[in-house]
Amino acid sequence: MVTLATSRSQANAVPQSTVAALEPSPVLSVENLEVTYYTDLGRARALDQVSFTLRAGQKLGMVGESGSGKSTLALAMMRMIKPPGRIEGGRVVIGGTDLIGLDEQGMRHARLNKIAYIPQGAMNSLNPVMRIGSQMVDAVKAHLPDEPRSAVQERCYHALRSVDLDPGVFRMYAHELSGGMKQRVCIAIGILLRPSVIIADEPTSALDVVTQRQVMETIDRVQDEINAAVILIGHDMGLMAQFVDAVAVMYAGRLVEISSVREMFTDPKHPYAQALISSLPNLDNKGVFKGIPGLAPSLLRLPSGCAFHPRCPNAMETCTAVSPDLLTLANNRRVACHLYDAETVS
Amino acid sequence: MSSLLELRNVSKVYTKGLINAQPTVALRQMSLTLNEDEPTILTVAGESGSGKTTLAMLLLGFIDPTVGEILYKGKNIKSLTGEDRLAYRREVQAVFQDPFAVFNPFYKVDHLLTVPIRQFKLSKSKAETQDRIHEALTAVGLRPEDVLGRFPHQLSGGQRQRINVARALLLRPRLLIADEPVSMVDASLRANILETLRKLQRDYGVSIIYITHDLTTAFHIARSIVVLYRGGVMEAGDVDRVIKTPQHPYTQLLVDSIPWPNLDQQWGEHPIIAREAGGSDPGACPFMSRCPKAMDICKVRPPLYQLDRHQAAACYLHDKQAEVGDERLSDLLPV
Ligand SMILES: Nc1ncnc2c1ncn2[C@@H]1O[C@H](COP(=O)(O)OP(=O)(O)OP(=O)(O)O)[C@@H](O)[C@H]1O
Ligand SMILES: Nc1ncnc2c1ncn2[C@@H]1O[C@H](COP(=O)(O)OP(=O)(O)O)[C@@H](O)[C@H]1O
Ligand code: SF4
Ligand code: SF4
Ligand SMILES: [Mg+2]
Ligand SMILES: [Mg+2]
Repeated sequence: MVTLATSRSQANAVPQSTVAALEPSPVLSVENLEVTYYTDLGRARALDQVSFTLRAGQKLGMVGESGSGKSTLALAMMRMIKPPGRIEGGRVVIGGTDLIGLDEQGMRHARLNKIAYIPQGAMNSLNPVMRIGSQMVDAVKAHLPDEPRSAVQERCYHALRSVDLDPGVFRMYAHELSGGMKQRVCIAIGILLRPSVIIADEPTSALDVVTQRQVMETIDRVQDEINAAVILIGHDMGLMAQFVDAVAVMYAGRLVEISSVREMFTDPKHPYAQALISSLPNLDNKGVFKGIPGLAPSLLRLPSGCAFHPRCPNAMETCTAVSPDLLTLANNRRVACHLYDAETVS
Repeated sequence: MSSLLELRNVSKVYTKGLINAQPTVALRQMSLTLNEDEPTILTVAGESGSGKTTLAMLLLGFIDPTVGEILYKGKNIKSLTGEDRLAYRREVQAVFQDPFAVFNPFYKVDHLLTVPIRQFKLSKSKAETQDRIHEALTAVGLRPEDVLGRFPHQLSGGQRQRINVARALLLRPRLLIADEPVSMVDASLRANILETLRKLQRDYGVSIIYITHDLTTAFHIARSIVVLYRGGVMEAGDVDRVIKTPQHPYTQLLVDSIPWPNLDQQWGEHPIIAREAGGSDPGACPFMSRCPKAMDICKVRPPLYQLDRHQAAACYLHDKQAEVGDERLSDLLPV
């Protein structure tokens, strides 16, 4: 029997400013990350000057429209962007090491070891003709070629137990597992080397609510066990409300707001974040669909100034000309919108 | 009232079981009628493995029922030929669950959209084809210039999912079977796509079977709901009643597990009892091994008990009520 752990980091309850004073240095720091896809039709700037930091044990939710660059961000942090995409600049610093500066071999070592990625649709990418165990052993061997066989096996069993799977799964094939079990296998593989950062890209969007709850609870527990920072990419604001400490909102390749989960849900600042929050369903307003009108912008031809301006109900003249920077407001909130230019602290 | 598609006492049993050698009853004695002149939105909900996709595949004629028959305008879909067969193929369309599985990686998006138009001779000219494609893409919030000319791996998850919906819209079907069509798009876009689906139903008389585990969107878009568990109907009826006052312990667990976007509404009061891997006693209530209220009589599978004109639950907690035969499922579902 599994009960839901609701322990979230206490940081939420404490005013941000006091936390900042006591804060240990971040485990992850992403600085001005930029990615471009070079397509036949032109250059698409999929990530534009993305910067944020995370502390150990922190959970960050990453939300934003489909195509806004969330998976690209994850892939860039893993250095897994493939041509026609290219990382144009920026740093991803984990425990003092800049991943972007590593050579291929150094990066191979960092994957799983420092940073693990559970990709969108991961459960469908398990090798169908290989036993789960062999796939896990291979992953460990690639990083720790000298670890004795018995230790490797023990490591795999431990990871399986951590995600509530029977060690018997070690001998099974992917098709013998349910969606939730496959997803937990992917998490188990992700934590084999106890990374300090785990990125989970829509880990439960293909799962039912009950299984979803179990998987999220698994991530929660595993995170506690290895004290990792977690980035949860997803669209389900309900899941975010239940799971993360802070929410980052992306729009057209840029971070437009980062706030604590409570501030994001009760008092979102950026007009896009506001629209996102007000489009959330509940059981009272049946049949009311409040989507944001208009289409997401094409990355090939971004609107001038603030990319949201053609859809923004608050757009002003400067918005069409000047792209707003991600600035810090009171409570350490960060917002990229001209409406708050005057409220900027520091 | 003429029926568009009808399931008559359909069961699907997979004999070469995946996990063990036991046969899996993926769908059990399902009867369901969708009428041509009463377009409706019906949600089929349940956790993974409950038989939702199996139901979709049966309706589409991709797999054959083990028992029972499926009728399209009164004719068994297996015996359809010529014009009838073509009409069925066009009028019953699907949006599939997994946007990562359905695309052939070697064809561009354009191919995926022009093939059905050509196959069903839906347009007279190149220009008309283009117009239709643009219209369908815009309806799902995609810019044609962003996705046309691209390969599937060059699109994000949500973009692929929406191409699927656009493809189904192109064909102007009478019945759309949508298996988790919006699981990978954000709340705002989800609202827009669901609104598109609802307009389709309201303005063009298209019936929609919305297969999902997302009870929140089900509540907003659907009129009626069928909750499946291990291939059997646990609860069925008016979507408002079933979601607001669920009467089956399984539906109660599902509703309780909805992650509400509300910080003060904690997730899951009830602990989850994990599903055991093997099959349980096939003669018993399928939910018995996880049910907090299980009793001795539950060792025999309960029938549906009628709780209201538009609500019934297959659970002995309600055995004071009248039984409803499986074949009367459609009577419980308002349109
Ligand atoms: N290999 C590629 N080549 C060209 N463009 C790409 C490629 N991969 C992604 N893109 C484009 O980059 C943008 C960002 O894609 P990304 O996958 O990061 O979106 P996302 O935010 O994860 O969306 P979703 O929520 O739908 O998964 C999209 O416009 C997408 O079409
Ligand atoms: N091709 C198959 N062979 C054997 N068993 C299958 C097959 N497809 C589905 N099943 C089994 O049938 C049951 C219902 O599956 P499915 O309809 O896919 O459920 P859902 O869509 O609700 O997740 C599950 O137990 C599943 O393992
Ligand atoms: S900068 Fe202007 S257009 Fe952009 S979100 Fe703010 S108010 Fe709207
Ligand atoms: S019939 Fe019995 S086991 Fe089944 S749901 Fe009802 S109380 Fe639980
Ligand atoms: Mg993505
Ligand atoms: Mg399914």
